[in-house]
Amino acid sequence: MSEETIVAGNPIEQKRCPIVNDFCMTVSTVNGSGSATANNLLLRSLFRMGIPVSGKNIFPSNIQGLPTWYTIRVSRKGYIGRVAKDDIVVAMNPATIAKEAPFISPGGVMFYADDLRISDLREDIIAYPMPVKKLVKEADVAPSMRDYIANMVYVGVLAQMIGIPLDVVYQTLEFQFKGKKKAIDSNWSVVKAAADWAAANLEKRDPFRVEPMNGTEGYIMADGNMAGALGALYGGLQFAGWYPITPATSLAETFTDYVPLLRTDPETGRQTCAVVQAEDELAAIGMVVGAGWAGLRAMTSTSGPGLSLMAEYLGLAYYAEVPVVVWDVQRVGPSTGLPTRTAQCDYTFAYFISHGDTQYIILIPGSVNECFEFGWRALDTAEHFQTPVLVMSDLDLGMNQWMTPAFQYPDQPMDRGKILWEDDLEKLLAERNGDWGRYLDIDGDGIPYRTVAGNRHPRSAYFTRGTGHDEYGRYNEEGDVWEQGMNRLAKKINGSRELLPKPVLKKRDGAKIGIISAGSTDPAIIEACDLLEADGIPVDYLRLRALPVCQQVLDFIKDHDCVYVVEMNRDGQLQQILSLETPEHATRLKKVAHMDGFPLTAQWISSEIKAQEAK
Amino acid sequence: MTDQNQRQQVNAAGLSRADYRGAPSTLCQGCGHNGIASQIVAACYELDIVPEQVVKFSGIGCSSKSPTYFLSRSFGFNGLHGRMPSLALGALFADTSLKGIGVSGDGDTASIGMGQFKHLVRRNLPMVYLVENNGVYGLTKGQFSATAERGLELKRQGINPFLPVDICLEALVANATFVARSFAGDPKQLKELLKAAFSHNGIAVLDIISPCVTFHNKENTLHSYTYGKEHEEPLHEIAYVPARDDITVEDFEEGSSREVTLHDGSIIVLKKLNQDYDPTNKAAAYALLEESHRNQELITGLIYVDPAVPSMFDAYHLPETALNRLPEKDLRPTRQSLEEINQSLI
Repeated sequence: MSEETIVAGNPIEQKRCPIVNDFCMTVSTVNGSGSATANNLLLRSLFRMGIPVSGKNIFPSNIQGLPTWYTIRVSRKGYIGRVAKDDIVVAMNPATIAKEAPFISPGGVMFYADDLRISDLREDIIAYPMPVKKLVKEADVAPSMRDYIANMVYVGVLAQMIGIPLDVVYQTLEFQFKGKKKAIDSNWSVVKAAADWAAANLEKRDPFRVEPMNGTEGYIMADGNMAGALGALYGGLQFAGWYPITPATSLAETFTDYVPLLRTDPETGRQTCAVVQAEDELAAIGMVVGAGWAGLRAMTSTSGPGLSLMAEYLGLAYYAEVPVVVWDVQRVGPSTGLPTRTAQCDYTFAYFISHGDTQYIILIPGSVNECFEFGWRALDTAEHFQTPVLVMSDLDLGMNQWMTPAFQYPDQPMDRGKILWEDDLEKLLAERNGDWGRYLDIDGDGIPYRTVAGNRHPRSAYFTRGTGHDEYGRYNEEGDVWEQGMNRLAKKINGSRELLPKPVLKKRDGAKIGIISAGSTDPAIIEACDLLEADGIPVDYLRLRALPVCQQVLDFIKDHDCVYVVEMNRDGQLQQILSLETPEHATRLKKVAHMDGFPLTAQWISSEIKAQEAK
Repeated sequence: MTDQNQRQQVNAAGLSRADYRGAPSTLCQGCGHNGIASQIVAACYELDIVPEQVVKFSGIGCSSKSPTYFLSRSFGFNGLHGRMPSLALGALFADTSLKGIGVSGDGDTASIGMGQFKHLVRRNLPMVYLVENNGVYGLTKGQFSATAERGLELKRQGINPFLPVDICLEALVANATFVARSFAGDPKQLKELLKAAFSHNGIAVLDIISPCVTFHNKENTLHSYTYGKEHEEPLHEIAYVPARDDITVEDFEEGSSREVTLHDGSIIVLKKLNQDYDPTNKAAAYALLEESHRNQELITGLIYVDPAVPSMFDAYHLPETALNRLPEKDLRPTRQSLEEINQSLI
């Protein structure tokens, strides 16, 4: 059945047969109205029913008063990427009521607060009023709390109308308010009243409903910022310096939440991880470079503007070989850009950040679970290679709640790299007739040995500097010494290629073309590959997880007639980096880049690739 | 006799002065910064500090090159312009038993570094913070710094139209717990102040007027040797008595001296000169600095000290073992705890 016929016929009739666990709903509210609690309640209730679900918060750069949307997708097939059309809209915001209808798919539904004036409502959608004011007024709630609790009306109405069991909602409410009786009761009274009202007053005329299934076993619901921070704490993070910035703030705040639980001696109260809120990003990076230099596992987290401020210190850390981890939770840039919208637009900047010849190890998590893994792995990688490691997340991954496989405990011991304490240094000096230098490439892998402040061996100390230095750390301005040092650094970073997290490859029979992508575009691409295959275009998909790339990536490009590089930016930044890696095959790389602040959709990716294939 | 001589040549740590030396200076002959480096060597030697116990930090500029010219056996990190404070803060968390010394200049601290300087001071991180202050950018060959006095004339810059930043005043406003000023041409006072600064449990700011012999040494300007020698007004004659010494202060007559006991039990003895100045009175410190501006005097000595303020480390409950020596078992939470977290996210 084509779209044409749906629109031409009566879509409401067309959709009479039930649509179960496969639709998308968006709640439209005002920022600062407390809707996050209600939206999370819906999301987690669906998750607890075993239905694969994803939630995306589209919010303004504002604390109170501007429109905000929250989209929940349920998908029995397990697709968790964004879709651009809504099957159900819950309209709570008078300012945007007129704008909601065009986003509703034919045959879709609108729930609306009955005090909102709606005119000229489309004939191909079903509208249900909700007596929000009346139900809130009747509820036993303090007047000051009424606005916040009003959102529980749509939770109750939706639960009743799409079939979320009320006991699941209640249990989720208990979970969400961590057993706080008063908060649970006042919210529940509104949910229950709204559900009862809907049962008594609304006739179900739409096909959308949910049913319990077994699609979330082994999964948790979490956001990438929390996951990254937890991963770092399990990676033995010892020092975090940070400065608030959307959308990275909640990453560092997770340290404050979890250090007492995870890194504090219950008897002495002593903590093995220090968290310092810096005066700005210049200081945040300075602190973590100092800490990393002195042998602490150190990291900071920021977003584009903060990363710009960190450029100079990262160059020093690269040249002076200081291990440090920087999380960049990307948002739309340049400049202040769209601070609350998602993007992957810092790749080229991060890869070559700072002046002079530099190159960094980049890790790119593609799921919340992987944020946890790269949380600890980045610390290992930084100390192993004695260099900054940048982890590139983004707002969508970092701030939205995702269903994701449960966090896995690190499967290998910490890699502290080539660090020498007193006895280690003594042994090395004995083996090498006293010859040791901070930047001496003893093993031929470009990675020198390092001592750190606090080592009391009389031969341990050296003076670290961003100025030219020789293998022994001494000031040096000779051209050949400079060039040798820089070539060793290139060798060191090149040596990381096969040791970094390997790409994830999904092959399909008969595929002649490929997709390369990285990060949070993953769910949309997985779905797009299914759409393309259904249209007779099988595609192999390689998800990059690290830069610089390994041989497998170069082979993937070589082995396909054409490789689409899918990313959320204007210029095709990953495509640019890959072109540099394999200039002889660069013409096979095609840009599929889009940057409007919203996560990519499978529909857009597949139609863009089809359009390019048709050329 | 030989034994006796050798014994005299080492301090209580069993080290000779040579153990505290640095690489030969590449600064100009006669630069005030070289004299300061010598006094850092002397102070650490006399305090019996083991060099491996010290960590040196600096920013960018002539002053910031100088940490290589003392304590070669100490770790050091020459960071970025104006951003040594953040570097030192992160590093000193690794092992709080280490003594940090940061060497900055007026260009490094009073311009790009003003923010980080004041935040370091505000946090009261235990370290010695020296500003080798010559009122001029030397490494770029003679531009005005923010501490240059109004009316100063430099060869290619003309006349400075702006009032100077006073490092000591800025430190006081940021609630510094130890503020002193000295003059590179007064080695005795400088050494005693350095020793006191090393014993202070908090940020110890020393603004040291250190003449630039190449670009800024006109006889009548504040940052020159001649001006310093002629206009230096020491607040007190200062002596530092280490905590372990049970010798009482015999040199000072009763009634003309004042003692300040530092956190570790050591004592600074301030011998009254021509004014009865109390360095624990912050209001008096502000007044003193204001007055010296009016009188175009170079007030030197201990301007303000409060040994009782908790340091930044007191706000963190760190383990007794240095953080950077903790093994994996102390750093990685248990498998069980992760299972509980996973459960809490369903």
